[in-house]
Amino acid sequence: MSEPFEPKIVAYVCNWCTYLGADLAGTNRLEYPSNVRIIRLPCTGRIDFNLIVKAFEMGADSVLISGCHPADCHYTAGNYHARRRWILFRRLLDTLGIEMDRINFTWISAAEGKKWQKVITDITEKTRALGPYKAYRELHEVAG
Amino acid sequence: MSRIGVFTCWCGENIARNVDVERVAAEVAKLPGVHCSVHTKYMCSDPGQALLREKIASEKLDAVIVASCSPHMHLRTFRKTAEAAGVNPYKVEMANIREQCSWVHHDRAAATAKAIDLIRIAAAKVNWNEPLEPIRVPVTKRVLVVGGGVAGIQAALDVAEAGYEVVLVEREPSIGGKMAGLSETFPTLDCSQCILTPRMVEAGQHPRIRLYTYSEVEEVNGFVGNFSVTVRRKARYVDISKCTGCGDCWNNCPMKKNPSEFDYGLGNRSAIYIPFPQAVPARPVIDRNNCTRLKKGKGCGLCEKKCQAGAINFNDEDKLVTEQVGAIVIATGYKLYSIGRQQDNGRMSGYGEYGYGEYKDVIDSLQFERLISASGPTSGRLLRPSDGREPKNVVFLSCVGSRDDAKGLPYCSKICCMYTAKHAMLYKHKVPDGQAHVFYMDIRAGGKNYEEFVRRAIEQDGARYYRGRVSKITEENGKLIVRGADTLAGVPVSIEADLVVLAAAILPAQGAKELARKMNVGYDEYGFLLESHPKLRPVETAAAGVFICGACQGPKDIPESVAQASAAASKVLVMFGHKEMTRSPEIARVDEKVCAACFTCVRTCPYHAIDKAEVRSRNGALLKRTARVNPGLCMGCGTCVAVCPSKSVDLSGFSEQQVYAEVEALV
Repeated sequence: MSEPFEPKIVAYVCNWCTYLGADLAGTNRLEYPSNVRIIRLPCTGRIDFNLIVKAFEMGADSVLISGCHPADCHYTAGNYHARRRWILFRRLLDTLGIEMDRINFTWISAAEGKKWQKVITDITEKTRALGPYKAYRELHEVAG
Repeated sequence: MSRIGVFTCWCGENIARNVDVERVAAEVAKLPGVHCSVHTKYMCSDPGQALLREKIASEKLDAVIVASCSPHMHLRTFRKTAEAAGVNPYKVEMANIREQCSWVHHDRAAATAKAIDLIRIAAAKVNWNEPLEPIRVPVTKRVLVVGGGVAGIQAALDVAEAGYEVVLVEREPSIGGKMAGLSETFPTLDCSQCILTPRMVEAGQHPRIRLYTYSEVEEVNGFVGNFSVTVRRKARYVDISKCTGCGDCWNNCPMKKNPSEFDYGLGNRSAIYIPFPQAVPARPVIDRNNCTRLKKGKGCGLCEKKCQAGAINFNDEDKLVTEQVGAIVIATGYKLYSIGRQQDNGRMSGYGEYGYGEYKDVIDSLQFERLISASGPTSGRLLRPSDGREPKNVVFLSCVGSRDDAKGLPYCSKICCMYTAKHAMLYKHKVPDGQAHVFYMDIRAGGKNYEEFVRRAIEQDGARYYRGRVSKITEENGKLIVRGADTLAGVPVSIEADLVVLAAAILPAQGAKELARKMNVGYDEYGFLLESHPKLRPVETAAAGVFICGACQGPKDIPESVAQASAAASKVLVMFGHKEMTRSPEIARVDEKVCAACFTCVRTCPYHAIDKAEVRSRNGALLKRTARVNPGLCMGCGTCVAVCPSKSVDLSGFSEQQVYAEVEALV
């Protein structure tokens, strides 16, 4: 038996709300699984479709996209663009055969350290139950 | 590849407790591009920063990663230190191994592994970081102030006194705003006009203030330091450069029975009028809807005949003028919630049961101000509107529309408790044998000498306060029957009143939202303009170079509005204190060779920071069309990068190369 499965989770977060929410979880010493790796971006509006696919290609088992709550965007409207794009992404990713359970979209504000803790804990547990994301790994193996 | 130095911080025990810092430093030394890797107790302390400077010099580093706390805590610190030692500040990145690692993961092995991962991600990114130079923008040292109430006047005078030019735009024919119509002010009972009118005159005569009254902001273009503002000067039909303000026109105008806006319909004015005697400028305007000559195109013209200065011009038209300014202060103030009518916003159902608009003697608080003002329609004698008799029982209702999520607005309008106490007091001074009754929810009298003021109204001037609401007002035999409850005594209360004054909730002035949209300033669901940070940046907005003050930001009293106006002025002066402004270079840029000119980015940009541009050859032939980022406007959100189908937009500091390198470093 090999080592137990530890999922890799990639979180694309905005600099102004969710990143600070994650910082607050730290300041309040709220413990959560260490599986998440944050990529800090100015705004969720900056996240494009390819980044999500790329994360899976690079071995992520789940992806989280999290930004400011509606109406709270530091850049006025970036999160609305992200949300609108997200609706399209979902269908496209679904068509590509990426399991929708592995992609998560939330709003977490700078005051929601507790929510960050919960979201990460939930995603980690969910992904652990789903098992590793193999499609790309198999492709890589075929390609050698 | 960069020569990277990695500096891992212990943060005392904060990081070192859960992360094996020594192992991290040893592991990351092996990463591509990492030239030296050290660890130290406190990176942010003087010795820590000295170590950074020393290693930059001795190891000839051109990129730095500090693995310590959140970049929100110290990125700026380390960028400054690195810059002083000769490394471009934008070649400095941080790995957050405290807030997002040691503080939240107590398993030492897992936390150490994650810390190494985070530094690997940062190293992969920093290899692609380009040295960036701050963007320098020239500043036009003139300011536009929108709104000529007490806040706008204060801001304009402060900036003008500091030596810079001000363009003050006011929608009404005179500056002065709401305060010019108030009687006396709490908590000192200073006469409002006595305080304000000298300031109005000062603003009107100031050599560095250009006053545009009866004008509105039509269009705002440009960006911080370089705005181009188009102002619509509405047709006044009076040439104010010729007019002497003698009054021959309005005294002879036959159309005298028009409700006065300044007196909130309680008094009348002629068709050619100045809103009030102390108006600045003291120059009239013709109300085109009520002037016989302007309505019919012929006839009357009495004002023209009487005017010895020849200032009347019936052919006047709206004029557009353009002003160049570097900064903008919005001070558009407030309006009262309209009590009786169905509100435009679906959530507010109005208070029809109070009979406002139906019974003449139910008035709002601003109308009451005019009734007790020495310059008001009754010349300061308190006479009720219906029959001109002196009211012996007056009921004041606070919170009409405020703190009422079901029918009105959920927020507190802040000033009503105080002015209602003032009203009760002034009423007693005018009618010593009268009785003031006040229905209230809570008395909110936070402020210097405010609580004492309310106590005075109750104890010295005998105002009766009932804690409770009024359910209905009806009229019987010329009396208003006010039915309410005194919840402290637990009894219903019914008062036969001669006059009822409703302290209506405060809303942002009409058109504030539209104005905010023109300047990319945010607003909340009620239309109050949004500050950048409620505590630390209270007068700045999301739009660089646009500041707010006074009641357009939220209900507030005169001292607060004035303080905020001076704060906004000081922010403007900070901008004007420099020859040019520097802005973060972490903004978008278009590769014009690749851009397909679809302009999706132009439509998406929340700041309207991307322009449609043309590339032309030396002899002027059109080579291609392209999108082009205006570095003065771009705030660096990166929305354009994500929407560009040809991938020709990129964001410095968070470029495609940088972000993809981070993702690739995840494995």
